[in-house]
Amino acid sequence: MSQLNLFRTSAFRLTWLYLMLFGTSVLALLGFIYWSTLAVIERQTMETVEAEARGLAEQYRQGGIERLMNAVRQRSETSKDTVFVLADRDLRPITGNLANWPAGAEERGPWLNLQVSRREPHGIVSSQVRARLYILSGGYRLLIGRDTYERARFERIIFNALTWSLAAAALLGVGGGLFLSRRMLRRVDQVSRTARQIVAGDLSLRLVKTGSDDEFDRLADSVNGMLDQIERLMTGMRLATDSMAHDLRSPLTRLRGRIELALRAPPQTASDREALIDVLAQADAALCTFDSLLKIAAAEAGTARSDFAVVDLSAVARDAGELYEPVAEEAAITLSVDVDGPAPLRGQPELLAQAVTNVLDNAVKYTPAGGRIAIRVDSGPNEVALTVTDTGPGIPAAHRSRVLERFVRLEECRSTPGAGLGLCLVAAVAKLHDGTVTLFDSAPGLGVTLTFPAAFEAAAEATPAAPWSPDIAMPRPASVGE
Amino acid sequence: MRVLIIEDDTETAAYLKKGLAEAGHVADHAADGPQGLAMANEGVYDALIVDRMLPGLDGLSVIQNLRDARVQTPALILSALGQVSDRVRGLKAGGDDYLVKPFAFSELLARLEALIRRGANTDPVVTRLQVGDLEMDLLARVVTRDGKAIDLQPREFRLLEYLMRHAGHVVTRTMLLESVWDYHFDPQTNVIDVHISRLRAKIDKGFGAPMLHTVRGAGYSLREPA
Repeated sequence: MSQLNLFRTSAFRLTWLYLMLFGTSVLALLGFIYWSTLAVIERQTMETVEAEARGLAEQYRQGGIERLMNAVRQRSETSKDTVFVLADRDLRPITGNLANWPAGAEERGPWLNLQVSRREPHGIVSSQVRARLYILSGGYRLLIGRDTYERARFERIIFNALTWSLAAAALLGVGGGLFLSRRMLRRVDQVSRTARQIVAGDLSLRLVKTGSDDEFDRLADSVNGMLDQIERLMTGMRLATDSMAHDLRSPLTRLRGRIELALRAPPQTASDREALIDVLAQADAALCTFDSLLKIAAAEAGTARSDFAVVDLSAVARDAGELYEPVAEEAAITLSVDVDGPAPLRGQPELLAQAVTNVLDNAVKYTPAGGRIAIRVDSGPNEVALTVTDTGPGIPAAHRSRVLERFVRLEECRSTPGAGLGLCLVAAVAKLHDGTVTLFDSAPGLGVTLTFPAAFEAAAEATPAAPWSPDIAMPRPASVGE
Repeated sequence: MRVLIIEDDTETAAYLKKGLAEAGHVADHAADGPQGLAMANEGVYDALIVDRMLPGLDGLSVIQNLRDARVQTPALILSALGQVSDRVRGLKAGGDDYLVKPFAFSELLARLEALIRRGANTDPVVTRLQVGDLEMDLLARVVTRDGKAIDLQPREFRLLEYLMRHAGHVVTRTMLLESVWDYHFDPQTNVIDVHISRLRAKIDKGFGAPMLHTVRGAGYSLREPA
């Protein structure tokens, strides 16, 4: 089912879940690197400043303010990332590489973050420094600081890395998720396609394995194992049905034969003859029920699907109508057949014909003299439908739902053989053809609609000949008939 | 007529034999496939009754073997399998008619005799059929009795044609359903009876002696008036 939204597949969701985890770990890793590197940078900054301070203090101790001034001047010129400023007690700069005494640098001791204006050969540059203030004997103030651009650069690198890796992860996530989902969906599609074909009656099909021994292959293995089992059971059931048909029909054939022979051998009293005829009728009734049951079972098993052909429902309706027209006329019922154009469907012609005649048979049985029976075939683009309405007593509304239920639940027909079987076969045939049976009130009387999926495309490429009806008794001139 | 029954169920075989004897036919019995094939290969039979499920060699293979050996004796397949595909397979194998068990003996007899007649009838193209004063022109599609034209519906024409081709013999309801309507099942109501009465009203009413008779418990028969 490709119409299934790719974003809603479990593969896609899994990919996303994984990416969220991945993203979080990238974030954590980068965070750790950030914090630990930052600490190193910080420590380096402080150590540098302190080393400078120690060196300058040494100069001051050895040569007083003059020597310190010289040293500061010298350091200011040579060191690139370090700022110095030496000022008197009134914070007037004496020497250093700062344009003025930076604001906020009043307190000695703690580390300060200052915005300073540095004197560079090509002008004044503003920069951010981490600095410390030292107060010397004699009230001189020495401020030493180190530019923090390195830290800013590092922060930028980390931020970029974070942005890019998250963007890449998101891209990979959507792409990978779609790719994986596609792949997975393709295999799921394969599985469901095969499953649908199997449901349609071809039990010999199996899921294809890729040979990669992945979870789909394992699933295919399990499903194929299950299908093997189902096929075994179906074959067993078919064999059982077939042999039951054989085993039960043979003795019934004998029974029937015996009765027939007895009837053909002349010396019998009239009452014996009556009795034999009655027994024969009973045997035939039993056989008929048995036959219907086998037909219903066969229709339900779907085995007849293998010889489905394109059938014109209109032709089925016309033939059945024609067959029943004299019977209806004799019962003073008007029977009309209203079909226009072909109504093709894929099906088994004989079973469809039997379903339609069963419905008609019921209609004829329950419609009183002077009534009407109408057969209508409607064909839409997707569906073809055959409707039989009569003017009989119909089915009381309260009762109808129960009858409908019996249509739906075929099991119940089986437990109540007799009159219901005809309609149960109709239901089974409808089900076999993926169709539905609907009962409705045709005021007065009963309406029965059989709806099937249409097969216009198939009809266009297939000839509507019925391959199942070979001329067995007599070659018939081709021109005979309508 | 000489008929070979290939059937493993001895009781059914005995009953068929007895029934056929009563109908004036001679019947032999083979109890399994190979024996049946050997006997049928002698080519002395007018018709074969072959059960589908047989020990040794199944019924369809027996017929297939015979047809391969160009033995064209008409064969009626008996089977407990009544599905359409089963019947098609049976006819494909070379069977000439297919009867699902259980069957009425009268049905079997009527079909068997029809097969034998068909086998004997070598006239390939018939354009006219005649039974007594009832005449049918298959080309002009005209039916007359005693020179008077009878107006028939297409299906009635086919029904009468079938009856005329089997004139003098019993034709069963299912034979008519199969060959005139292509229905291989029995509708619950006896619809054929009504079709026959209609036809009877057209071809017998107003004419001297009736020709279309109902044979009780068996079917119908179109006969020249005595």
